[in-house]
Amino acid sequence: MRYGMAVDTLKCVGCSDCVVACQTENDVPIGYCRDWIVEKTFGSYPELQLEIRSERCNHCANAPCVRTCPTEASHYGPGGVVLVEENECIGCKACITSCPYDARFVHPEGYVDKCTFCIHRVEKGQNPACVSVCPTHAMIFGDMDDPNSELSKAMATRKWKALIPEAGTDPKVFYLL
Amino acid sequence: MIEEIITSGRMNPEIDPVLHVWGWEIPFYLFLGGIAAGLLIFSAYFSLRGREDELPTAVKWMPLGVPVVISVGLIALLLDLSHVWYFWQLFTNIRWESPMSWGAWTLTVITPLSIAWIAIWIEDIFPNWDWKFEEVKTVIKWLKEQKRVLAQVLILLSIILGMYTGILLSAFNARPFWNTSILGPLFLASGLSASAALIVFFSKSEVEKRLFTRIDIILIGIELFLIVHLFMGHLAGTQVHIQAAEMFLGGPYTVVFWIFVVGMGLVLPVVLELLELKHKFIPAIVPVVLIVGGNLMLRFIVVSAGQASRWLY
Repeated sequence: MRYGMAVDTLKCVGCSDCVVACQTENDVPIGYCRDWIVEKTFGSYPELQLEIRSERCNHCANAPCVRTCPTEASHYGPGGVVLVEENECIGCKACITSCPYDARFVHPEGYVDKCTFCIHRVEKGQNPACVSVCPTHAMIFGDMDDPNSELSKAMATRKWKALIPEAGTDPKVFYLL
Repeated sequence: MIEEIITSGRMNPEIDPVLHVWGWEIPFYLFLGGIAAGLLIFSAYFSLRGREDELPTAVKWMPLGVPVVISVGLIALLLDLSHVWYFWQLFTNIRWESPMSWGAWTLTVITPLSIAWIAIWIEDIFPNWDWKFEEVKTVIKWLKEQKRVLAQVLILLSIILGMYTGILLSAFNARPFWNTSILGPLFLASGLSASAALIVFFSKSEVEKRLFTRIDIILIGIELFLIVHLFMGHLAGTQVHIQAAEMFLGGPYTVVFWIFVVGMGLVLPVVLELLELKHKFIPAIVPVVLIVGGNLMLRFIVVSAGQASRWLY
């Protein structure tokens, strides 16, 4: 089992509902966010192209944050999800500087916090909060090892990209083009 | 034109707009770690060469400062930890892939050993001290018998300590400016150079002063060579590495780095030391302040610039 996520850039309208859902579901402290929206504009007027992406931790298979953590607080959880064990985290911030996506932050209580793919929901058979609220169904969460999952099917039939794969992290959040 | 905006307003403290999770504590610790390593390497090496009576400052006196330097560095490290009451988790894990982990373990071993190393020389430094307890004398006598082994272990561990302060940073591929293996040797050389300058400053023997002045000149030469290679490597790298180097070649770090670190911290002291070797009078405090200051500044700039460099996507 290998969890992954695909965000359809042709469907995402950048409403930030995923961001709010995450903050509510995971009690993310005010002023912080575990997921965010990026709007990217290419070209020059009037030939402009817009790409909207909902971004979060990429749950990399070769996660530099797990590698540099001195205490095993950063670890691979079920389905390859990258998680932080609060009570093992010393707050050295090596994982934050290791992350090319800047997906982590120091929680006001001191430990390092980040997206968990809502593993507490996933283990109950539900979708992550961001996926479940998306009004345009732009996000697909699923098992990449299961060829019949909605995620695998979308990735087999659509063009897609990952963010900075050249950083060598083997990210597991994909963007359908 | 490519324009990228985070529209949902990600403004995570210390992450946006520019990463700044490591403030003064980390570079200050890297600086102290380098000096502790340098002092121990010189002391242990010249003791192995049997030159302890010829070079008493380097071999016998300077180690007295090492546990203090390490302790202050450790306090800085603890101040940096945001979840500090869990720091003991460092010692319930050994993670070879994490430089932070083996740095913690190296420090744990080297600190008591550096105190043991002082014990070997303590009778030479304070010959009239009354030790009162026979056990103390027995321990010191036993340690003296282990001098050679201890010196060899200390050299090895000190090289690890001096290098790891750089490797700690170069292990982060997410920060292109740090992601070069030159940082390990550069920090080791600069730690050794600062230690040599301190030895010259504190030494009262002309032989010792001249020897360490010469050593320091060579080390600064190595540092300059490594700095040139650091930038050559980056400029021959990928776009992200080129952009990282450009922060120093016209970008925001240009003036502080080339004037204060390279100019005043490396080139000027070398000139002063060369004049000193030619028996020109240079106030002893000047080169040491320049070198140690340049050393500290190098770490501050490298830690700050590394956090400012990033992947583009």
